[in-house]
Amino acid sequence: MAEQERKQSRSAESKDEAAETVDDAAVQGEEITERIDDLLEEIDSVLEENAEEFVKNYVQKGGE
Amino acid sequence: MPKVLGTETEFGITVRNQPSFNPVLASSTVINSYAGEQAKIQWSFDEESPGRDARGFGFDDSLPSEIETGLVNVVLTNGARLYVDHAHPEFSTPECIDPLEAARYDKAGEFVMARAVARAQERLAAGERMMIHKNNSDGKGNSYGAHENYLLGRDVPFGDIVRHFTGFLVSRQVFTGSGKVGAENGRPAVDFQITQRADFFEEEVGLETTLKRPIINTRDEPHADSAKYRRLHVIIGDATRSEVQTFLKLGSAALILDALEDGALPEPLLLADPVNAVWGVSHDPTLRQTIELIDGRTLTALEAQWQYFEWATKYVNESGALEAYGEVLSTWEAILTDLERDPRSTADRLDWTAKLQLLEGYRERDGLEWDDAKLRLLDLQYHDVDPRRGLYDRLAAAGRMERLFTDDEIWSAVADPPEGTRAYFRGRCVAKFREALVAANWDSLVFDIGEDALKRVPMMEPRRGSRDRVGDLLDRSDTPAALLRALGGEDG
Repeated sequence: MAEQERKQSRSAESKDEAAETVDDAAVQGEEITERIDDLLEEIDSVLEENAEEFVKNYVQKGGE
Repeated sequence: MPKVLGTETEFGITVRNQPSFNPVLASSTVINSYAGEQAKIQWSFDEESPGRDARGFGFDDSLPSEIETGLVNVVLTNGARLYVDHAHPEFSTPECIDPLEAARYDKAGEFVMARAVARAQERLAAGERMMIHKNNSDGKGNSYGAHENYLLGRDVPFGDIVRHFTGFLVSRQVFTGSGKVGAENGRPAVDFQITQRADFFEEEVGLETTLKRPIINTRDEPHADSAKYRRLHVIIGDATRSEVQTFLKLGSAALILDALEDGALPEPLLLADPVNAVWGVSHDPTLRQTIELIDGRTLTALEAQWQYFEWATKYVNESGALEAYGEVLSTWEAILTDLERDPRSTADRLDWTAKLQLLEGYRERDGLEWDDAKLRLLDLQYHDVDPRRGLYDRLAAAGRMERLFTDDEIWSAVADPPEGTRAYFRGRCVAKFREALVAANWDSLVFDIGEDALKRVPMMEPRRGSRDRVGDLLDRSDTPAALLRALGGEDG
């Protein structure tokens, strides 16, 4: 596909999608929040204890 | 022609509750634990020359040599190299024939490390716990690398690589970053940035990898016939955990280099200040930061990537390389489109947006400021290779990360070599003739078959030694002596 053509087809596509995207995004936004709360709870259960101490002691030597 | 390619990753290592923690010792324990009691094959450094400069400056003997740190070294049955580099465990994938295969072996490196750390844990005292992270920074100014290697023709002028590839590397950060809380190494403060590595880049072109890191690294050590090949050693990428992201990182670079090699890239995008642009792009997760070109134009990293994408598409269409690169192009287009629309919509495919989504979730739920230690912990733990604890793995297990491979496909990459390169010969020889192998290297194997002299098998052509060429011969040979006799009669 020629460069110009592809650019046009891309911008045409994104215009068509623009309207739908706004609605979708709002709905998706709510769903994502709900699902992320579950996820955060799961992560709470595996997260290292004593964040402050862990982060402080995490020192690496430079490499490469 | 599609590029032979591979990655090398240095992993972060730490042991909780161990006051005497020594990273070199811990890394050695990891590698030795993985190797178990099986005989170790000496890595041979005959052909290695990390001090050779692609610009033709010759050698600098003062450069640190890999030899000093190559004491603990394992060559695996998949053709990979597992070893201690400086103070890190490192996994170098075998040579792969395409970016999808390379992404699978890169992921196999995480599985190897996860298995290694579980075994190493058994050697620790009660209460001590070893952790390995596939990241690139400790958040305190220390960085370690995730390097990509692409085999190029020797006839590609190095200056062309610098002119065409610099703008690509700077702008690709929008989909190669794995995200980081804060800035380091003297860069301006920032809450969150796209990449782990950007803060550590200080030069446009150079030979160094451990300080004053350059955007284009000039190490000229092809591990192959140096009259025909160069190995472009790309040091500016982040270690990535998302399979889609690793595939896109490797695939887009291989494709642009392929086009460059064929002279199919038009006038390069020449950046006015590439080093500043590296930091600027990484420090702006909203993707609005512009890059200035020497002709006075400005464009965002996304706009620059669309330009490279258009050139790559044209090249693929005109060269008929659709079979090799179709998947790269469609992934590239989808990611750029989604980043443009809303970066958060890529959180199922990119590490930096996946990580940012977690950080924002915690900030909102727990009312955390950006300097809260818990956010830095989340940042680190995203990269833990233990699938029970690594936050990437928790996301993937919850179906929130798009996968390209099944676990079975990755385990088979842990065990078996790629079939299209000399890694096949290396891996099969390690599996079948381990006892007779005394040394291995990227471009040779040395056998002791009980005769006076050791037998060295050179492998200077990365595409030879493939299953097509030597599979039958390896199947037929019951002893290393028989293999060597058969090889003598054929050009493997």
